[in-house]
Amino acid sequence: MSMTHWQAAFAARIARDEPQWLAPMRAAAMTSFNALGFPTTALEDWNYTSLSSIAEVPFTVGASASSTTVADLTPYMINAEWPTIVLLNGSYSPSLSSLDSIPAGMLVMDLAQATREQPALMQQHFGTVATSEHAMTSMNTGLMQDGVFVHVPKHVESETPIHILHVSDAAAAMSAKFPRTLIVAEAFAKATVLESFVGMADVAYFTNHVAEVVVGEHATITHTKIQRESDLATHVSTTEVHQARNSHYVNFSMAMGSKLSRTNVYTVLDGDGGGVTLNGLYLGKGTQHTDHQTRIEHAQPNCFSRELYKGVLDDASHAVFNGKVYVHPIAQKTDGKQSNHTLLLSPDARIDTKPQLEIFADDVRCTHGATVGRMDEAGLFYMKSRGVPAETARRLLTYAFAADVLETIENETVKQALEQLTLERYAGSGNNTAHAAREH
Amino acid sequence: MSTEIEALVGREYQYGFVTDIAADTIPPGLSEDVVRLISAKKREPEWLLEWRLKAYRRWLTMKEPTWPNVHYPAIDYQAVRYYSAPVTAKPLGSLDEVDPTLLETYKKLGIPLGEQKMLAGVAVDAVFDSVSVGTTYKAELAKHGIIFCSFSEAVHEHPELIRKYLGSVIPYSDNFFAALNSAVFSDGSFCYIPKGVKCPMELSTYFRINAADTGQFERTLIVAEEGASVSYLEGCTAPKRSTNQLHAAVVELIALDDSTIKYSTVQNWYAGDENGVGGIYNFVTKRGKAMKNAKISWTQVETGSAITWKYPSVILQGDNSVGEFYSVAVVNNMQQADTGTKMIHIGRNTKSNIVSKGISAGRGQNSYRGMVKVLPKAAGARNYTQCDSMLIGNACGAHTFPYIEISNNTATLEHEASTTKIGEDQIFYLKQRGMSAENAVSMIVAGFCKEVFKELPMEFALEAQQLLGITLEGSVG
Repeated sequence: MSMTHWQAAFAARIARDEPQWLAPMRAAAMTSFNALGFPTTALEDWNYTSLSSIAEVPFTVGASASSTTVADLTPYMINAEWPTIVLLNGSYSPSLSSLDSIPAGMLVMDLAQATREQPALMQQHFGTVATSEHAMTSMNTGLMQDGVFVHVPKHVESETPIHILHVSDAAAAMSAKFPRTLIVAEAFAKATVLESFVGMADVAYFTNHVAEVVVGEHATITHTKIQRESDLATHVSTTEVHQARNSHYVNFSMAMGSKLSRTNVYTVLDGDGGGVTLNGLYLGKGTQHTDHQTRIEHAQPNCFSRELYKGVLDDASHAVFNGKVYVHPIAQKTDGKQSNHTLLLSPDARIDTKPQLEIFADDVRCTHGATVGRMDEAGLFYMKSRGVPAETARRLLTYAFAADVLETIENETVKQALEQLTLERYAGSGNNTAHAAREH
Repeated sequence: MSTEIEALVGREYQYGFVTDIAADTIPPGLSEDVVRLISAKKREPEWLLEWRLKAYRRWLTMKEPTWPNVHYPAIDYQAVRYYSAPVTAKPLGSLDEVDPTLLETYKKLGIPLGEQKMLAGVAVDAVFDSVSVGTTYKAELAKHGIIFCSFSEAVHEHPELIRKYLGSVIPYSDNFFAALNSAVFSDGSFCYIPKGVKCPMELSTYFRINAADTGQFERTLIVAEEGASVSYLEGCTAPKRSTNQLHAAVVELIALDDSTIKYSTVQNWYAGDENGVGGIYNFVTKRGKAMKNAKISWTQVETGSAITWKYPSVILQGDNSVGEFYSVAVVNNMQQADTGTKMIHIGRNTKSNIVSKGISAGRGQNSYRGMVKVLPKAAGARNYTQCDSMLIGNACGAHTFPYIEISNNTATLEHEASTTKIGEDQIFYLKQRGMSAENAVSMIVAGFCKEVFKELPMEFALEAQQLLGITLEGSVG
């Protein structure tokens, strides 16, 4: 049933006027998706995460009209002065976006405009990075609607983050959206991009997002993703990165929303001397299922990679981490470090972690580590002996565990915003307990 | 440096000789008739034949696994001989009746079979091609009530024990190669330690493949009753042949309450030549079940075989049970190894410890694949895993695939892994102290593997260290 459903959505989509170079790409992707189908747990990469719950759901492509205003978005803006481009229920919303403060030289625009105004750049880069034969990526390419194009020309450096805000409100109920992001940093460029996925209403919907990032020679891209979709949403997001010589890519993935989320971050270090940092924090509650999969491909010598993912799992939440570091035969002098640490707060929480190394070069230094455990009893005891109430101590230790990886975020405002979100998540139970204690 | 080392490379596989001995061999091929024939040759009871046939029928429905990180041409299961036995006129009564050629073979292998064993103090069951040719020290063991004999003998002498425990840890339906083994296994060792008995000596099995085109499918079953303890050693060699030979063994360990089983393997099957021609396909299923307070410890040194595919595992069924896995896996030339362990924590306060050292040289590919699974009821489970890989030369590979599945929040798990090149500066340091490059390498490697070697019984530890030296000869460039 479902495949014909998506095929029909595709047929409706190609009716739209599209450039000659894009249409065949879309058609090929759709063919590939039709052949692959939704991933099943029989696939090694989807061993622990099942999309079967949504594979048969007839989501509509595109949402009905929405009444969300600029004021409604205030809590999600992080910093209202940053250039912010809003995709509401998958569609670019010029009225909600504020693009007046784009740093000089940079381009930030929706994909339709980019296709019209920057055909050369678009054609050069679009679809060249997200080439993995993955069903979800093919599905996005086949069915994508709106998206965002960020271009940072040679030698242009900016500290101001560009905020891409993917908002879903009540009108998103039972819809599917396929947003797409393309970030191109030319040589010696430097920029920060923040992608937020926000669910404003308790409705079910499906997000399948793809981001392509091209990092030119000596360029640096800092890319932070905040996923706080509705607790009923299914969220799949794939970021694929291509890195040239001496480039640096820094990704942070914060996952706290969705019923089921899957975040893929894949990067290829395709030039001498590059570096990549992939960090992340996942906070699980209820019956949430949070899956991260990362792949760092060392294709050239003298590159380094750093990876730290931490997770805090409460209730009956389930998290999955699969980190792969692949070192090609010629990638000598590779220096890779990867770690994954998970704190289990509840007896019903569950983690499946698989840090993986595949090394074909000899002159390398690669390590990985994983730990799983519960709250440190000694730490708790120490704090209680100093007069800190048990629940506050528990909260503080949980926060401290998570904050450790948030510390790696360079942008102070983004860091504080994520610290705040983390605090709020764990303050709730603590406050209630303190409150209850007072009443007794 | 490379030339001087390369000169040292070509040391021959010293166990590569063929023994010219008359053998009762059946034609290649596999069918229900072959299964019946094997069973008939071994004069097996009806129930065992039924079990074999069930396994065979199940095997027909199974697919050869493709998930291991190893590559080899498809195996033609119809081209394999499933039974080969040295010809003897009658069942062997004592070692003296064993064909002297055979004893000569074992002497060449350095196994202390025969009188020398008195000195070594090791009880040996030797399996030549498919059948067990002699078990030493039986009388001494019998005094303690310990049963140590060939599997075929156990089927006749102790059918109740075999019936009770055969397939209880590894059912015939477990996996493709276990099913194949269950259908055609020819012999192996059986060991039973009664309640409260500490086995007074190391028990040992030596496996040897001699005949061409034969597969070896042995089965080992060890049962330690309550409070018993045993240390068991296993060694393997095969002649050099230019065709690949299949070895699909099954080892089942049952450690009842408060018992201890220590199982050590030095695997030195023929690995093929430097171009990857010939060698043994070593596809083995090994698993133990540890009941309350029991301990199962696997130690393995894997230096041989063209392809190794094995995951000695422990089901930590009883509360407070302990599982250990110590492994050194070496690949050189074209060897491939995909090995590791599975620790399944079911009981409360169960502990597992994994130390894996992988060494890759030449064009060898070495993968560690391990699983630590903590089930929801395994409160207080504890695991520590360390897997380190060392790379020697720039054409080899080292891979790590750890699967960690934790469903209990009182579990504590730590996993550490590293992959590094052999220390250039360490080699330099040792050389400038007057050591040859080769000795330097073998010393560094010995240090790298020390944690595992110290788990091996003395004679095995020495042998393992030597083997390692031989396997890696000439690999430093």
